[in-house]
Amino acid sequence: MSLDRASREELVRALAEAVIQHADELTGLDQAIGDGDHGLNMKRGFEAVLATLPGLADKALPEMLKSIGMTLVMKVGGASGPLVGTFFMELGKALPEQPTRAEFVAAADMAINAVKARGRSEAGQKTLLDVLVPVQAVLAAGGDARAIAMEAAQAADRTTPMLAIRGRASFLGERSIGHMDPGSRSVSLLIGAAAKVLEFEARL
Amino acid sequence: MNSQDRGNVGIVIVSHSPKIAEGAADMVRQMVGNAVPLAWTGGDVDGGLGTNVAGILEAIEAAWSPSGVAVLVDLGGAETNSEMAVEMLAEDRRARVVVCNAPVVEGAVIAATESSGGSSLAAVKRSAEEFYA
Repeated sequence: MSLDRASREELVRALAEAVIQHADELTGLDQAIGDGDHGLNMKRGFEAVLATLPGLADKALPEMLKSIGMTLVMKVGGASGPLVGTFFMELGKALPEQPTRAEFVAAADMAINAVKARGRSEAGQKTLLDVLVPVQAVLAAGGDARAIAMEAAQAADRTTPMLAIRGRASFLGERSIGHMDPGSRSVSLLIGAAAKVLEFEARL
Repeated sequence: MNSQDRGNVGIVIVSHSPKIAEGAADMVRQMVGNAVPLAWTGGDVDGGLGTNVAGILEAIEAAWSPSGVAVLVDLGGAETNSEMAVEMLAEDRRARVVVCNAPVVEGAVIAATESSGGSSLAAVKRSAEEFYA
């Protein structure tokens, strides 16, 4: 995968817009089973990321991802900051400048493990890992951009009947069942936006 | 060198609410006066309910003691952000900061009381965590 400067900027803008345009929806999901700040927090984080453009896109891909992660860690203000931020930071640390698909899969694996460690969580507990882990499986199996985006959306949907075991929603116990996990929705939006820009068949 | 030579363990209070963090700090001060380095932080970067890594790093700096710092947190994000902040510290400091699995108000008061007697970081953490034991 080789992304020129214009593509890197396009990627950053697509990620940010995906979250910012859905901020109200994310907040609504979080009001149902959390503390109702997820949309606002993620919007704040990605607005801060946008504010680092155009310089952000001058950086090589690994450095750019690390920088996005650090901005999210510092600005989001909820647990999503360290969790989503760790994903970007570790992905950046693990990727070479022009990764092959195999290298991308390996880097994503390391980033997901770092998120698991940060949240002391695994898939199945109604968290963003319930999107990251199945999407990683599709990525590793050679799925194209469309398959990846579709799995992300479906995986977020599949969190609806889950019982929350980690995060604020776990306080609600069985009342967390029947609502989509806001963090999973955020991550599915980010993956959908990234897949669209990266067009995995063509560029990876 | 025992902890008495290096000063008492510092206490940091992290809450989503700046009012809770400040109030818990007031309660700690009432118990131990100025015998213990103490700092609090709360709220997101816009001043709403939440926690932020930069604020936690500043508080750890403000409460720094060569004997270490015990961090007391309220809900999930406060813990995750505090653990992130600890990892971002310089390596020689990282091992001397612990995030306690304890209720924020009671934990802060008991941790500070333990610290004011010159106890080690491990003993301070253990006392705070007895609430959930």
